[in-house]
Amino acid sequence: MSIPANLKYTADHEWISLEGDVATIGITEHAQEELTDIVFVELPEIGRECNEEEGVAVVESVKAASDIYAPLAGEIVGINLDLEADPGLVNTDPHGKGWMFKMRVKDLADVEALMDAAAYTSHIGG
Amino acid sequence: MSTQEIKSSPLESLHIELGGKMVPFAGWNMPVQYTSNMDEHNTVRESVGVFDISHMGQFFLVGAGAEEWLNSILANDVRKLAISEAQYTFMLNEDGGVIDDLIIYRFGDDQIFLVVNASMIDEDFAWLDTHLVDGLTLTNESDMWAGMAVQGPDSLKTYAKLFPGRQLPNRNGIDSWEQGGQRFIVCRTGYTGEDGFELFVSAEQGATWFKQFIEAGAKPCGLGARDSLRLEVCYPLNGSDLSPERTPIQAGLGFFCALDKPFIGRDVLKSQKDEGLKERLVAIKYTGKGAPPRAHYAVFTKDGSLIGELTSGVFSPSLKEGIGMGYLPVEYAKVGTELDIDVRGRKFPAKVVKKPFYKKA
Repeated sequence: MSIPANLKYTADHEWISLEGDVATIGITEHAQEELTDIVFVELPEIGRECNEEEGVAVVESVKAASDIYAPLAGEIVGINLDLEADPGLVNTDPHGKGWMFKMRVKDLADVEALMDAAAYTSHIGG
Repeated sequence: MSTQEIKSSPLESLHIELGGKMVPFAGWNMPVQYTSNMDEHNTVRESVGVFDISHMGQFFLVGAGAEEWLNSILANDVRKLAISEAQYTFMLNEDGGVIDDLIIYRFGDDQIFLVVNASMIDEDFAWLDTHLVDGLTLTNESDMWAGMAVQGPDSLKTYAKLFPGRQLPNRNGIDSWEQGGQRFIVCRTGYTGEDGFELFVSAEQGATWFKQFIEAGAKPCGLGARDSLRLEVCYPLNGSDLSPERTPIQAGLGFFCALDKPFIGRDVLKSQKDEGLKERLVAIKYTGKGAPPRAHYAVFTKDGSLIGELTSGVFSPSLKEGIGMGYLPVEYAKVGTELDIDVRGRKFPAKVVKKPFYKKA
């Protein structure tokens, strides 16, 4: 299973990649394997201000809907519109083309508190 | 459902070994999927899959007068059930509401095998037992049997591989035999809209046979695929599309109710048929892309009036569209009626369509 070392992770199986003060967020390889067959992704509005752990997106498989939480406080500054046409990108390329949204992070210190790849690997029992 | 501890299928350890993702369903710990809901669904439509249905309940009714008595309890006409045939029917309450939908199989003049829904085993048994008359014996053999449904266009080939020389019964037919000291019951029935059969063997033998079906080419399939397959062909799920508050007439299943004979709940069904319905169960399909419809989502008219909720809903793997069913006032139940489905406050356009959603090409 792919758990890239350059990403940060949450206990809710999201990954975070930081460039400047903008974080790109998606769900992990492990999460997409658990969910399987993603058929719809509901994304947040650009400009929305959100708190850490606020539900901002929803991924739906054939059978169930799962909430995706903002891993950090900040403002939504981008969403992956390709997922409207092809939600399966979350399954096929979770760390790449399957990214979900971008946030301008309020406090960069919050990023440091996230899990690194080693911590996430042990979190999922790997 | 009662708060009893969750039950295990006799195939549970095999499911785990096969990578099945186990979830509680109807009081049982069952595999929702093994690899992918979508793959499992498509495999059943295109080749063959095998489902564990050991959670379902099995009763035997024997004794002189079994037919006559059962005919006074169940909605369909037991007199029309020939030996070695199966019949879909309902157990109704006095208001005509559905306690359970079930399949009954006739082994002899006064020997009937009943297969009931997992969540309803205790309630159904108690209901039948309350009404039982002298001379009849009703036994609950649910824990003694393992069941598996082999479904899909290649299921006949699978059957021939495992039971060489033994003819599969015709559609809705049954067969029963002893082999190696074990009893086998096979029924040409299913819950997927595909050809196939359901096999009942002793609980101890269940895993062995399930494995043999896999070795013969059937893909293990979970309850997720079972649900999307049945909904595509508009087979109702008790507890969702059927309930004690609704009658089979409202559910569009009057064909399985013989109103020309007495049975519990008949008067309500007859008056609904004579006087017309206020609501009925319709098939609803999205007209565009959207968040998959699911049970309990609200249904609105185009001018914003709340008129009902979905009883079932899923993203259809065969049609690649959102599909669902729900009870709507008859004035909105006509095919072509445009509606909106509310998903977390967002409305997605949909319309009433003809049942079933999916038909074999």
